[in-house]
Amino acid sequence: MAARNTARPLSPHLQIWKWGPNMLVSILHRATGTGMATVGAALLVWFLAAVAAGPESYATFRDVFTLDSGRLNVVGYVIGIGLTACLFQHMANGIRHLFMDVGAGFELKSNKRQAQATIVFAVVMTVAFWLYLGIK
Amino acid sequence: MRSGTAIGRVRGLGSAKSGTHHWLNQRLTAGSNFLLVVWLLISILRQPSFDYASMHLWLSNPWAAIPMVLLVASIFYHMRLGLQVVIEDYEQDQNRVALLVVMNLFVFTIAAVAIFSILKIAFGAAA
Repeated sequence: MAARNTARPLSPHLQIWKWGPNMLVSILHRATGTGMATVGAALLVWFLAAVAAGPESYATFRDVFTLDSGRLNVVGYVIGIGLTACLFQHMANGIRHLFMDVGAGFELKSNKRQAQATIVFAVVMTVAFWLYLGIK
Repeated sequence: MRSGTAIGRVRGLGSAKSGTHHWLNQRLTAGSNFLLVVWLLISILRQPSFDYASMHLWLSNPWAAIPMVLLVASIFYHMRLGLQVVIEDYEQDQNRVALLVVMNLFVFTIAAVAIFSILKIAFGAAA
């Protein structure tokens, strides 16, 4: 690809637009997807391999995320809540994308509302998931 | 290759015949991911404990091992399609090719480890 002529102006890019929820969830979709594809996938595989390898390997895996009492430590909470929040955001916005694929929801107002709804869904579901896990 | 506009260079060559393959498979695996992830979240919430014995017992049951293999296949394929788009958007030339190769190695390797591990638990003797 030819190098860009730096004397020529760039077309208006991210910094010139007023940020809206649709732009936020668009880049969040990519960020959460990439995050789950790297950190999430690696942890899922480590978990499965540790259970397959036996009690000692599983203990090593578990020690990284839990205190001696068996409760989650800081790493466990940050990664656990982070990954579930990523999952619910990616899931909600993915469903929104499927609707947009059939041509629905492109009007400015409804598009904005649906983008906001994915964030609300992600927050509510993450809180509900961890509350249920905590009080169970 | 003759010079000219981008459209002039490809005109008359015919379509690649696979233009919608990536797009469609990403949507189809999005649907299967949704069902399998809902299964996984409910399974996690229903676990009595997260110690070794509970986890091993859970995954040695075919009703958990089979959806888990499907989940790994569906999610990792979706993940490969998604990471491919991200790399194609931000990298050019040799870097793009190199990263795509590395990404494929990463995805296929961890998928193999994951599926082997599930089968080892499922087919293994009770611990």
